[in-house]
Amino acid sequence: MRGIYTSVVRLFSLVLFSIASTIATAGEAQFDAYEVRLINAKFDEKAQIIQSWMSEDRAEALSLIQLMLASQLYYHKKEMQLYQVEDASSGAQALRLSDDAKVEIKSKRDFKRVSINNSLRTTFGSWLATAALNDPDPRLRREAALELIADPSAEVVAQVRELSASETDQSVKEAFAIVLAVADLYSEEAGRPAEAIDILSETLEPAGLAALTKFSAVTTDPELLKQANRAIDKISDEAAFYAGVETVYFGLSLGSVLVLAGIGLAITFGVMGVINMAHGELIMIGAYTTYVVQLLMPDHIEYSLFVAIPAAFVISGLVGIAIERGVIRFLYGRPLETLLATFGISLILQQAVRSIFSPLNRSVETPDWMSGSIQINPLLALTESRLYIIFFCLFVFFTLLMVMKRTRLGLQVRAVSQNRAMARAMGVRSEWVDAMTFGLGSGVAGVAGVALSQLTNVGPNLGQAYIIDSFLVVVFGGVGNLWGTLVAGLSLGLANKVMEPWAGAVLAKILVLVFIILFIQKRPRGLFPQRGRAAES
Amino acid sequence: MFLLNILKNDRGGRWLVTTLVAMILVVPILNSLPPDSILHLPTYSISILGKYLTLALLAVAVDLVWGYLGILTLGHAAFFALGGYAMGMYLMRQIGDRGVYGNPELPDFMVFLNWQELPWFWSGFDHFWFAALMVMLVPGVLAFVFGVLAFRSRVSGVYLSIITQALTFALMLAFYRNEMGFGGNNGLTDFKDILGFSLSEDSTKVGLFIASAIALIIGYLVSRAVTESRAGRACVAVRDAESRARFMGYRVENIKLWVFTLSAMIAGVAGALYVPQVGIINPNEFSPLNSIEVVVWVAVGGRASLYGAVIGALLINYAKSYFTVELPDVWLFALGGLFVLVTLFLPKGVIGLMSRKGVLA
Repeated sequence: MRGIYTSVVRLFSLVLFSIASTIATAGEAQFDAYEVRLINAKFDEKAQIIQSWMSEDRAEALSLIQLMLASQLYYHKKEMQLYQVEDASSGAQALRLSDDAKVEIKSKRDFKRVSINNSLRTTFGSWLATAALNDPDPRLRREAALELIADPSAEVVAQVRELSASETDQSVKEAFAIVLAVADLYSEEAGRPAEAIDILSETLEPAGLAALTKFSAVTTDPELLKQANRAIDKISDEAAFYAGVETVYFGLSLGSVLVLAGIGLAITFGVMGVINMAHGELIMIGAYTTYVVQLLMPDHIEYSLFVAIPAAFVISGLVGIAIERGVIRFLYGRPLETLLATFGISLILQQAVRSIFSPLNRSVETPDWMSGSIQINPLLALTESRLYIIFFCLFVFFTLLMVMKRTRLGLQVRAVSQNRAMARAMGVRSEWVDAMTFGLGSGVAGVAGVALSQLTNVGPNLGQAYIIDSFLVVVFGGVGNLWGTLVAGLSLGLANKVMEPWAGAVLAKILVLVFIILFIQKRPRGLFPQRGRAAES
Repeated sequence: MFLLNILKNDRGGRWLVTTLVAMILVVPILNSLPPDSILHLPTYSISILGKYLTLALLAVAVDLVWGYLGILTLGHAAFFALGGYAMGMYLMRQIGDRGVYGNPELPDFMVFLNWQELPWFWSGFDHFWFAALMVMLVPGVLAFVFGVLAFRSRVSGVYLSIITQALTFALMLAFYRNEMGFGGNNGLTDFKDILGFSLSEDSTKVGLFIASAIALIIGYLVSRAVTESRAGRACVAVRDAESRARFMGYRVENIKLWVFTLSAMIAGVAGALYVPQVGIINPNEFSPLNSIEVVVWVAVGGRASLYGAVIGALLINYAKSYFTVELPDVWLFALGGLFVLVTLFLPKGVIGLMSRKGVLA
């Protein structure tokens, strides 16, 4: 019971306090009169006093009710005046309600709480809720109505019935209908409960289901029980459906992260065949670029990502080109040596970040437009940041696909990877193509880092956390196949999230790893193996 | 004579075995000298040296598969850690009721997790012989099963490296879970004694050092015996031209499977000797970074020579101990630089350098 009151209190305290503080001096005289009466009143008189007070100055009375429910209404024993006291110890501040003056509590013994008992609590709580039902803001009205579902009293129901006739807002009207239906469940009138069940079976509000469950436990009418159980089943089915939708959504967003992490590697490893163990660190560099960009433009965090994305692409790309020119080009054709050398580079990059930015995680801010969620219905809310990640992943993927399929560079990359000697004979500068391809893959890793900076901690270990995942995504999808990477990433993300509810996050991850290990035994070339001559190398 | 036969063509190996035997003889004497003597060797140095020797044994195991079989394993630390866990479980059982909670039946962490009885896979670890068996059997069986799957379906090269890495990563995640019953995050620690000898005694530490040295000698000789045998030559053939070896009638996957399994067992033994000397085993030992580090020891020392692996392991671990204390920021730069420089400029490692100068044949 208390939970309801406190949430109602929390909900309306802001609104009411703002009203209370604007109350003009007109009511001052009556304030004094009521004040003394309230202080001297016994428990059973208090409700009456507040009620008559409400009839004269509603807002003032409601704010007093809130204070009483929050145990913050005190009075000064000698002055006989009401105070708001949050901390009743000597030396703390108290707010005199008659003139809003702040007073220091000299001795805590001067103050005494205006106490209330449980029945007053109940009464006051329902008054507050009733007041909220009349609030000008339809969102608050709806919330207030839904709060009432758990235990609607007769007066409240009567009031809701009255209000629902004049209510214009559709969503509030629905909420009112649910409240009335819950009340009608126990109606004596023939047909009313059955109708109520029908109404409740259409709603997805959790409180509606709770009311039905409660009803099915106490009802004696077998017909109604059957109907109620049918309704419960229907709602449960729908709840399960939306839970499924949510899991898929989470899975897709996790999958998008995996695709983003792996897509750069799909270029450097998949197309060029370079085992780049520093791939994770290129992602990390992208994330740190976001951090630095935000440091440089602290007043424009909203736009920082749009600067960070190209910046990360360029910086990670340049680092990638430096790695290719400095180390990897000497190791073509020796994949295992490449693996070791690039691993060494990854250690150097990690330590460099540690030395420059400290080993601690850096916080990257999320712009306001990315936070928040889209409420589809009471059971399903889609967080916007995940939505953006999914779209961003698809955007990066298709851009990269277009670069590989439709541009001159893409053509040359494919030519060199298929037959280097022939490509050179046709006048392709294979060395330049190698550097550009590696730069492209690394730049995309940097862009992925921008996205990841919004999701996880930006620290020196960021890259290590994703390197194994990225390799598995690329290998699972089939080396040299961008579509494979997309399908593999999304399906691994989905598999992870589908298993999570019953296996737990860690075990789900282990199962996915084991699955991939076994899968590679069966199909060593991944989901979509390359065919023809390229497959033999 | 058999020994000499194995080491007939192995000058480096003869040096190594001689040095190790000399160490076994000399170290206890140096340790028993009075502390103010110049030649006195403090016990903690002996423990550190013993630890290095177990790591060297791990490096030998990796060199056996990478150097002679061409399988770049990025998961050997998993076998090392499994051996370590088997030994750790025995040491845990030896604590008895001397734990913090004083429970005679259950190790501390199980009491903490409110478990009522010992999980079935802990039974038997009260006995040293059982633990010793498991030290070899668990890594061996895992490597065997993994090998059957991987080699039969001809997963090779980079793909194999990546799935060995995935294997150790999966094991790391699994061992981090409290539900696994291996102490979760904290792993197994607070060991009291081994075979009735207190682990805090100097003599036990010297004993463990000697055991590590002997294990390294035996491990080295076994590995050398393999590489000198017909099977060893078949290994090299598989490494250099897998299809050709297959067409000549060799059962490539069987050769790979047996050598890989043997190597995993050696790694397990190394782990088992490592744990009592450092006093703890936790899931971090499974981390993919550890496995890759071992590969670098081998690369630095010199691939496909076995004794090069020992030299590399000792050199880098000594450097690591030095740098992480004196210049902690520089260590990863140095290690990373070493990866790059060795692969670019020293494909044969340190021993390649030495033999070019005529130090070793």
